[in-house]
Amino acid sequence: MNLLSLFRRGSAPVARERLQILLAHERETRDQPDLLGVLREEILAVIARHVAFDPDKVQITMDRGSTVSTLAVDIEIPNRRRASGAASQQLSQLAFTAKTATARSQWTNGLV
Amino acid sequence: MSDEKSGRVVVVTSGKGGVGKTTSTASLGAALAHLGQKVVVIDFDVGLRNLDLVLGAERRVVFDLINVINGVAKLPQALIKDKRLENLFLLPASQTRDKDALTEEGVAKVIAELRTKFDWIVCDSPAGIERGATLAMRHADSAIIVTNPEVSSVRDSDRIIGLLDSKTEKAERGECVDKHLLITRYHPWRAARGEMLSIDDVLDILSIPLIGIIPESEEVLRASNVGSPVTLNAPLSAPAKAYFDATKRLKGEQIAMHIPTESRGLFNKLFGRKAA
Repeated sequence: MNLLSLFRRGSAPVARERLQILLAHERETRDQPDLLGVLREEILAVIARHVAFDPDKVQITMDRGSTVSTLAVDIEIPNRRRASGAASQQLSQLAFTAKTATARSQWTNGLV
Repeated sequence: MSDEKSGRVVVVTSGKGGVGKTTSTASLGAALAHLGQKVVVIDFDVGLRNLDLVLGAERRVVFDLINVINGVAKLPQALIKDKRLENLFLLPASQTRDKDALTEEGVAKVIAELRTKFDWIVCDSPAGIERGATLAMRHADSAIIVTNPEVSSVRDSDRIIGLLDSKTEKAERGECVDKHLLITRYHPWRAARGEMLSIDDVLDILSIPLIGIIPESEEVLRASNVGSPVTLNAPLSAPAKAYFDATKRLKGEQIAMHIPTESRGLFNKLFGRKAA
């Protein structure tokens, strides 16, 4: 304790709190398989049963908030109405493909 | 090396690099040897060995751990006897980049042989959680987790504690590796001003028993500069005393914990800022 410290509060309490929140989460998930990887595989398997898409055109992101976490799955699906005819047409159509479907789900923080 | 021993294997680990694993291995090893124990310190950092340098034995390395595992050299040929402490031996790491040479069976065999010849086998783990680090902890009876009071070090220590509880031989047998927290590079004045995590903060978060607190000190740097563990080079200095106390606790003695405090004059206490 000195005179300077009366005017300035240390950052150690912030460090402590950040670590406690982070480690509580990391300990929970430590020995579990990679949740995001498993979700990705299973979600894509379900969608692939109904629509054709390029697995490389899939983005899965997770944002952990303090009360709610968001899992967003963005999948680019080729436009079906134009996807008919010769192979050469299909290739050019793929280049024009727009994002036509977005699945967006929310889970509560406890789950993810 | 006549009478058969049943040595204890201790891993000095941390996850994060640069927190003081090698310095602590050398200091604790020398302290144990000074207290009459027969000690071997092993460097598991294949490719980036440094324990030889910190112990001042860098010019005496002929064979190393990989040579022993490959059968190029016998274990007694690779062990380097310290020139100052007759009970202290070093098994250096290899400088080659071939980390795959460190095999699980090879390490198991070397450790088993060392157990019969030494009271203590102290394994200096490399940073990270890859092969070298997991093999260093594999056969441990006890672990010393070296942690700086700083967020990234504490987080990595927590990760290492998880590995000690799952990836070691003891854990796989359903037992538990004895875990001890060694806090190094502690700045009392920073902790007092709330600028650095306090001892209690780190203990609350990691919840493993404390074996020692090593204050930040120029003596530690000086010791590694001259290639002599601080417990040997400046045995009366604050860090050496802290290492000796930690060593005695490792041996099972009950020693009261001394938390380093500020030792500054009134002027500095009021206005000062101690240069680290």
